[in-house]
Amino acid sequence: MNDTKATEKGTVKESEEKRVGVFVCECGVNIGGVVNTWAVADYIGTLPGVKVTSVNKFTCSDSGQADIQQKIKEYNLNRVVVAACSPKTHEPTFRACIEQMGLNQYFLEFVNIRDHCSWIHMWEKEKATEKAKDLVRMGVERSKLLEPLQASEVPVTDKALVIGAGVAGMQSALDLADMGFQVYLVEKEPSIGGRMARFDKVFPTNDCSICILGPKMVEVARNKNIKIMSYSEVKAVDGYVGNFNVKVEHKPRYLDVAKCTGCAKCSEVCPVEVPYDFNEGFGTRKAIYVPFPQAVPLRAVLDKENCISCKACAKACQSGAINYDMQPSYTDLNVGVIIGAVGFKTYDPEPRHDFGYGLYDNVITAMEFERLLNAAGPTGGHVVRPSDCKEPIRVGFVNCVGSRDKATNIYCSGVCCMVTIKNAQLLKEKRPETDQTIMYIDIRTPFRGYEESYNRSRNLGVKFLRGRPVEVKEDPVTKNIKVRIEDTLAGEMRNLEFDLMVLATGIVPNEGINQIQQLLKLSKAADGLLMEAHPKLKPVDTTIDGVFLAGVASGPKDIPYAVSQGSACAGRATILLKNKKAITEGITAIVNPDVCVGCQVCIPMCPFQAIKMDEQAGKANVMKALCKGCGTCVAACPTGALEQSHFKNNQLLAQVRNVFKFQEVAA
Amino acid sequence: MSAEAVAATKTDGWEPKIVAFCCNWCSYGGADSAGMGRFQQPASARIIRVMCSGRIDPLHVFNAFLEGADAVLVTGCHIGDCHYVNGNDKTKIKYKYLENVAHELGIEKERLQLNWISASEGEKFANFIRDVTEQIKKLGPSPLKPEGVA
Ligand SMILES: Cc1cc2nc3c(=O)[nH]c(=O)nc-3n(C[C@H](O)[C@H](O)[C@H](O)COP(=O)(O)OP(=O)(O)OC[C@H]3O[C@@H](n4cnc5c(N)ncnc54)[C@H](O)[C@@H]3O)c2cc1C
Ligand code: SF4
Ligand code: SF4
Ligand code: FES
Repeated sequence: MNDTKATEKGTVKESEEKRVGVFVCECGVNIGGVVNTWAVADYIGTLPGVKVTSVNKFTCSDSGQADIQQKIKEYNLNRVVVAACSPKTHEPTFRACIEQMGLNQYFLEFVNIRDHCSWIHMWEKEKATEKAKDLVRMGVERSKLLEPLQASEVPVTDKALVIGAGVAGMQSALDLADMGFQVYLVEKEPSIGGRMARFDKVFPTNDCSICILGPKMVEVARNKNIKIMSYSEVKAVDGYVGNFNVKVEHKPRYLDVAKCTGCAKCSEVCPVEVPYDFNEGFGTRKAIYVPFPQAVPLRAVLDKENCISCKACAKACQSGAINYDMQPSYTDLNVGVIIGAVGFKTYDPEPRHDFGYGLYDNVITAMEFERLLNAAGPTGGHVVRPSDCKEPIRVGFVNCVGSRDKATNIYCSGVCCMVTIKNAQLLKEKRPETDQTIMYIDIRTPFRGYEESYNRSRNLGVKFLRGRPVEVKEDPVTKNIKVRIEDTLAGEMRNLEFDLMVLATGIVPNEGINQIQQLLKLSKAADGLLMEAHPKLKPVDTTIDGVFLAGVASGPKDIPYAVSQGSACAGRATILLKNKKAITEGITAIVNPDVCVGCQVCIPMCPFQAIKMDEQAGKANVMKALCKGCGTCVAACPTGALEQSHFKNNQLLAQVRNVFKFQEVAA
Repeated sequence: MSAEAVAATKTDGWEPKIVAFCCNWCSYGGADSAGMGRFQQPASARIIRVMCSGRIDPLHVFNAFLEGADAVLVTGCHIGDCHYVNGNDKTKIKYKYLENVAHELGIEKERLQLNWISASEGEKFANFIRDVTEQIKKLGPSPLKPEGVA
């Protein structure tokens, strides 16, 4: 293995013979069922420099990797081409595989003949096979020009930032803090707790939500390693894994939190009443208020928009906490990892007036129903209908509002079936004389205890009607809701009348998702929620090293699932925090000083200010630690002095030239 | 290529060859998502991956044409979403220049296209390839295509 030793030092000989091994994967039938992999291998075997080709059922399996390793040895290969799935998921696997054999990991070329070929030309086998040949040929020619690189190591600051203090973010913060790391927990609302703090009871066990969440919130507040930054938002992030610089804005509460005791004397005297957002707009709160009785931190907040500056609160406050002139303040943080747990919002049926919402008083959302059920809610736990505050007898529930519907969102929100089942049950238990009808498309109860909860509600007498209302009207006198619906099991139209109708509105992205997507450069999935690095194997990682996602922000989830992800993020983050170092790509820009004329065209191209002029030499100089390897400066350099390692011009041109036919490309 | 040859290729189930430059973080992921969603598309495109659309060099684009590409696609993240902050802003500026040169060379505008495609927009990616392929089928092979290249 003399060759590879030499290459590791970066002293690869230009003249060194390129010995390429090509491994074509069938991916079971995913590739093999469409692309004639043997024909591809036979053809590729005729290209100069290709010493061996091999077809495997699963190249990534143990035996597939062993085949690569064995052939590296047997044929003394110095370049490896794997034609399989996506490098975005499998490149690290094969890089590690060849590195074990002493080859530089950047001597791997990965060709995508599944996602980009067999899966998208399923009924054009011949064309797919021809295309696969082209793609592999391009890869082979590129591989011959690959140069050795060293991945670099960066130090990791052993502190973490968690954005969003719902149940998922709180779990991440607690786990990391318990492992001894300093955690900053940024929450945009005046209190931590997230959505769960608003529920009465939680399915499938129907235990009291705040009774299980409240103690957790207190635990977060008491933990010495957690610094809660409530009523705060992240405004800017720069840096990279191990070393993120974050600017946090603290919105003014218009009172000194160190002095405020949360006694709420100020609210008692405040003359302004506004709809209470925490109660989904039911009832009112004052312009200065404590968010809710279990709030953490238990401090008041003044809502300047609605304040009339009467100064009554300042007089009432015995600790002199009120300060009407408060300005936003800022904290700069340096953290090694970031966990995004910004949650979601529910679909808003108002603009489309889905099922009469917004037109008829007695059509409400499930979230509003949650507040009515809640003993600490606006009605003290009495479910009443908005039109006349009477307790309804006949209650209709409509599932999948804003979910599984081409007109709104096609995906399933995952939790609404159970939310409806829970809510119908809770009302039935409170007032057995009530009569509930759940109108559904399918009932989905996949997890532990869910099917049992569903059966329980049937036993309690909750009715299930398969179908979607086709017409919803309000009786102008009684304000009852009249529904025309096809019972798709019985195959007949039915006319029903309800005193109150509740819409199970689905899960949709909130503003926080857009915000952190842009700040952290994350991707969104088709549902508009954030995208994980791999849907199965890296469900809490993102494509950005050092950034993780927990909870509903990355897809619909129930509480146990969100909590598990919170813990999972803490675990993943700990790998970096504990090792105190991260491995980053060795790909950077490099200046050839012999060619650089010092024109400085490249300098403003770099988003990271990584290029500086070496004033003495009059040449550009790339600072490797700052360069992230995008290559934008390289494409701008008029002289060709700049190159991007692993994406050098000759490497890319080797691909371009070989799209059409085999062409020898000079190194 | 003679007019008859052009006409023949148009009717012969001729498949144009398209070179698509994709950035690692968005449009390459979009192409992956097209695969994961099994969004079928003509077997016309050959993808070349770069880290950022900002890396796409006129050198690569025009070489592709000179080698015989019937169309070249420049793709990247949506503006504001570039993994490297604003590489795609620079791509946008560069693209204007590319368009001008292409025009000078007599390359029809359908043959050089810019599109922003996110990693989740698999269907958009597939539709894009289908649309471009249809447009190019109508135009026939590129005027710059060297003799002997299909
Ligand atoms: C009506 C309804 C009833 C439900 N009932 C149940 C149930 O009974 N049982 C069950 O298991 N699941 C239930 N769910 C699902 C449950 O709500 C979620 O699983 C859970 O809330 C997810 O927690 P999370 O931390 O991911 O998100 P959230 O609870 O939404 O928390 C996110 C937090 O991030 C904050 N945030 C947002 N943007 C920013 C930003 N830019 N900067 C800083 N902070 C930000 C938010 O203010 C919030 O505090 C229900 C859902 C609905 C809609
Ligand atoms: S653009 Fe190229 S030639 Fe000009 S300073 Fe930068 S590296 Fe040197
Ligand atoms: S490759 Fe990108 S990050 Fe590196 S110096 Fe050039 S422009 Fe800056
Ligand atoms: S990374 Fe996609 S355009 Fe820059």
